Amino acid sequence: MLAQILAVVIFVFMFAAIVQGKFERHWITLGCGLATILFVFGIGMRSTDAVMETLNLRTIFTSEFWHVTGEATESTSGINWATIIFIAGMMVMVEGMAEAGFFRWLCLRIAKAVNYQTIPIFITFMIMSAVLSMFIDSITVILFLAAVTVELAQLLKFTPVPFILAEIFCANLGGSATMSGDPPNIIIGTALGYSFFDFLGHTGVIAGISLVFTVLFFYFTYRKEIIDSDQEDGDIEYPDPKDAILDKKEFIFSSIIFACAVVMLVTHAQTGLTVASIGVIVAILTIIVAGKKTPDIMKRVDYKTLLFFIGLFVVVGGLEQTGILNMIADVIAKISDGNIYVMVAIILWVSAFASAFVDNIPFAATMVPVIQALAASQGVHIDTLAWTLSMGTDIGGSMTPIGASANVVGTAVAAKHGYPISWKKYCKAAVPATIMVVLISMVTIYLRYL
Amino acid sequence: MDKQVIISVGREFGSGGHVIAKAIADRMGLPYYNHEILNNIAKEMNVDPKTLREFEEKKHSSFFSRTVRGYSNSPEEQIAQLQFDYLRKKAAAGESFVVVGRCAESVLSEYPGLISIFVLADRDAKIARTAACENISEKEAEVMMLTHDKYRKAYHNHYANMKWGDSRLYDMCINSTRLGIDKTTDVVYDYIQRRIAEM
Repeated sequence: MLAQILAVVIFVFMFAAIVQGKFERHWITLGCGLATILFVFGIGMRSTDAVMETLNLRTIFTSEFWHVTGEATESTSGINWATIIFIAGMMVMVEGMAEAGFFRWLCLRIAKAVNYQTIPIFITFMIMSAVLSMFIDSITVILFLAAVTVELAQLLKFTPVPFILAEIFCANLGGSATMSGDPPNIIIGTALGYSFFDFLGHTGVIAGISLVFTVLFFYFTYRKEIIDSDQEDGDIEYPDPKDAILDKKEFIFSSIIFACAVVMLVTHAQTGLTVASIGVIVAILTIIVAGKKTPDIMKRVDYKTLLFFIGLFVVVGGLEQTGILNMIADVIAKISDGNIYVMVAIILWVSAFASAFVDNIPFAATMVPVIQALAASQGVHIDTLAWTLSMGTDIGGSMTPIGASANVVGTAVAAKHGYPISWKKYCKAAVPATIMVVLISMVTIYLRYL
Repeated sequence: MDKQVIISVGREFGSGGHVIAKAIADRMGLPYYNHEILNNIAKEMNVDPKTLREFEEKKHSSFFSRTVRGYSNSPEEQIAQLQFDYLRKKAAAGESFVVVGRCAESVLSEYPGLISIFVLADRDAKIARTAACENISEKEAEVMMLTHDKYRKAYHNHYANMKWGDSRLYDMCINSTRLGIDKTTDVVYDYIQRRIAEM
């Protein structure tokens, strides 16, 4: 009982401190993780086994962690090292690509392909945002896309705000389509043993349908604003995409490494390579190509996010070890009274609204053991609940400017260039669009799985 | 002017701080930066200053904002940083100027030519002055004064290490009610001249 109370207090404190924002969030989760080890496992449970299970270091030294031969899955308890190693590896690769000018080149290439016409740029950038976010983190996608959008907006004299808002939404939507697209999916995928194609065939289908509706929604919402603001006078010197390439050799190699990463992700169920292996391989390849520039690339890797994950998994491990997550699962089972339609609706909408205001990563990490417990006790197929949780957490984050990292970065880039985006402006389109996609997800899940 | 002189004027709403700052800038022939900062930023960025002004010197809400990799979604924070960068750029270029608010006494504290002033006033005097300037009732003026000062205080204390209006933060704190705006301006001007002579 004491351990349970301590675990909940630490968890609530962690969430409150993250929301309050006084301290950097990686220090908060690491501090709370340490408190979990000392107070929950040490004083409350007096269990070294719980500490070892939560730290989960042993899994790294098993061959299954790097190469899966059967149906084995990552341990769901404690620190999900596969997620952390994969994200770290992808961060290194993405920094290498950025160093070579890949993203800016891609954005300008597409703008050139549509003859710098505003509405076609609006639509193609939305689609590009979704597609790129399927493979690389949405922060990087938005960082470059928003910067190029502002650059083009100033050149072509249109307002970039609708573009950036639509790109942010599509980045989150694209991220939901694959296992590598969004951290909650990596957590769900590694914990429950799904492959890239498992996600693509399920959440990917929902995201694909939703993307069509999303493009139409944003087009009709912002069409007038874009056309009214478009004051292009025809006497413009367009940027050459080639100028974006900072180092031709690095550009070619980083493009090849990115292609390799995509191939490895797409085929990992066949090759047996785990996401941890893929992360390590792409990082090593990037470092080899970068040579002397490696220290610069490594300096830019967002190690704070990795530390944030480590602390977070320990705190969630505290909830899991003390049985709190089973209790949450029981509450959901009780409210839904065994009705799977209600259960799916609860998980989907609660995940969506929670992710709109709090970080969706801790939420997903907390909910994975909950849906496992629900699947075991209620006889519901775990896949159904996994896709539901994935869509809820990934899409819900789009609803507010603080719901997902891409939203924060996108709105910040806009403001830095003189286009501040208020909550009102952001939510005006994002809230209905999010509700629309969550509804599409719910209907699709009902029709396909129930 | 041979030496760089940066005069920062913090002020309570209704104290006449910006009037004093403007008068000093005019007497000394220095550029005056108040709302001009955002107008100039907007001009440089080729954007509408109105959209920027909406978030100027506003309270930063930690509940409604989040920072990721050094990027904050808060427009108030972004606008504040744009203004700080603008002031830093001007100061780094060796320019002398008078600036109102914007945590300038903290943002530019490293410059030896900085002279920081804080203008306060009696509550009733501030209400009466605001009512007269804005042509509103005293009740409305009081609400306006309290709201603005609340925002200014929260804004300042978020970005600066020391508290807004804390006498230890400024070279000179002066109550404009005692001598009135014009004579207070004379006193502040005299103080600045003596400081410049000592530089």
